[in-house]
Amino acid sequence: MTSALRRAAVFFALPITLLAIWWFASAGSTDFLMPPLAKILEVFPETWSRHRLTHDVAPSLIRLAVGFAGALLIGIGAGVVIGSSRVVRLFAEPVLEFLRAIPPPALVPIFILVAGIDNVMKVLVIISGCVWPIVLNTVEGVRGADPVLAETCRSYRIGEMLRLRMFVLRSASPQIVTGARQALSIGIILMVISEMKAASEGLGFTIREFQTGYQFPQMWSGVLLLGLIGVVLSLLFRVAENRVLVWYHGQRAAARVSR
Amino acid sequence: MLEIRALRKVYEGHGRQVEALHNITFSVRAGEFVCVVGPSGCGKTTLLRCLGGLLPPTSGEVTVAGAPVAGPPDGLAIVFQEYGRSLFPWLRVAENVALPLKSKGLGKAQRAAIVGESLAAVGLADAAGAYPWQLSGGMQQRVAIARALAFQPRVLLLDEPFAAVDAQTRADLEDLVRSVWQRFGVTLLFVTHDIDESVYLAERVIILSSSPTVVVEDLAIDLPAARDQLTTRADPRFIELRGHVYAQVQKAKRSHE
Ligand SMILES: Nc1ncnc2c1ncn2[C@@H]1O[C@H](COP(=O)(O)OP(=O)(O)OP(=O)(O)O)[C@@H](O)[C@H]1O
Ligand SMILES: [Mg+2]
Repeated sequence: MTSALRRAAVFFALPITLLAIWWFASAGSTDFLMPPLAKILEVFPETWSRHRLTHDVAPSLIRLAVGFAGALLIGIGAGVVIGSSRVVRLFAEPVLEFLRAIPPPALVPIFILVAGIDNVMKVLVIISGCVWPIVLNTVEGVRGADPVLAETCRSYRIGEMLRLRMFVLRSASPQIVTGARQALSIGIILMVISEMKAASEGLGFTIREFQTGYQFPQMWSGVLLLGLIGVVLSLLFRVAENRVLVWYHGQRAAARVSR
Repeated sequence: MLEIRALRKVYEGHGRQVEALHNITFSVRAGEFVCVVGPSGCGKTTLLRCLGGLLPPTSGEVTVAGAPVAGPPDGLAIVFQEYGRSLFPWLRVAENVALPLKSKGLGKAQRAAIVGESLAAVGLADAAGAYPWQLSGGMQQRVAIARALAFQPRVLLLDEPFAAVDAQTRADLEDLVRSVWQRFGVTLLFVTHDIDESVYLAERVIILSSSPTVVVEDLAIDLPAARDQLTTRADPRFIELRGHVYAQVQKAKRSHE
């Protein structure tokens, strides 16, 4: 119990400190662009009414979920194919090396250009940004599989599907999770960006509306909401990760103790 | 059951050629317990990998149950030298043992029964729900053996299985392997570099030379079938055989110098 309390205290210490600094630093602000935090929090509930949540926030999150899931599917699939075959890897390597060298935010302007009007287009933008870290990390993970386990599978004549499920994917899962974590933060960025041009609803669209309408406290409340969504999603991600990688964390802890 | 004729294996790559096996010929009858001894690096693991269909020979012939080995043969299981790494760390002990059975297409109930039996046979019934990395080295080794047993092979290959466990555990595991062999009637090929162990365990000991590796001697061990860590190891015949194997290994080493 006390350890849970302490963990919670550690978890919230920095955010609360930062909010406090923000609160006091902005307290008497008369700058139109930088309203006091008190004002931002005051408009928060009315700004993010039930109607906005269902008509703007929910569609954004659904597009993010679909895009992220699609990127996982495509990324892991492509990663397994590329990682398992030397020939395919030889062909794919130059392209992958090139893409690895580009920091994802650098691709954002391109996505803004191609971001379209409908849901499909927006989901495609999210997928096309999220897929790379997943592919690259999956390839690494598949390649890094223990050769002794690979021989164990061969020797026991483990069937192809079972091998994929029980060996290839599981042994690559720590890297896949790493890639997915990177992809999630890219996805959140792209979720917003894909709605900033030629959209009629969505969280990013709404924030932009506030900005162009000079409603800065509302705009800041949107940024705050975006931050909260990021925190919640990363907590959800950690819960999922802890379930998928129990063995990995346990094994590493065991190795540390024995050393 | 196992036939090895003029087996030669050369590893190539990275601009280097290593002749791991020069010329190996011997056979193992069904139900026999044979130990292969040889100095470290003489190609024992290579030999097992050729037998297990994991490595194509450079020349010569390997057959298991009359069929030439092309890939991993039916009814053959290997316990790897790196047994700890051969267990899936994301699967619990029982799931590790069950995986090959799942691949064989056995139903859930049948799998559970066989897994329970094999774990009990190695004294690990309590550890079914543990992850491999929660177990000691000796226990991991027993899980690897249980998995091989559950597979119900006709031929079981063990690669220096006890090299990394303490003396007491090692003695227990040696007796375990003997009892498993007697109970399940498998053909057993056991690789070791420990001369005492080979004489204690086997009905026959194949002595390999160091590189270029050939069979130095194929020695029948005429000790009684019931073996015991204390009395067998004190048996004058045991001491005599052990001395003989030791001398042969020494001679094989010297002849290349
Ligand atoms: N994959 C490989 N590529 C190149 N050389 C290899 C390879 N595997 C083994 N060798 C070489 O072949 C020789 C025999 O190796 P092997 O592992 O079969 O010996 P071993 O008798 O099992 O040794 P140990 O008792 O230490 O386990 C060694 O010189 C080794 O360096
Ligand atoms: Mg070896």
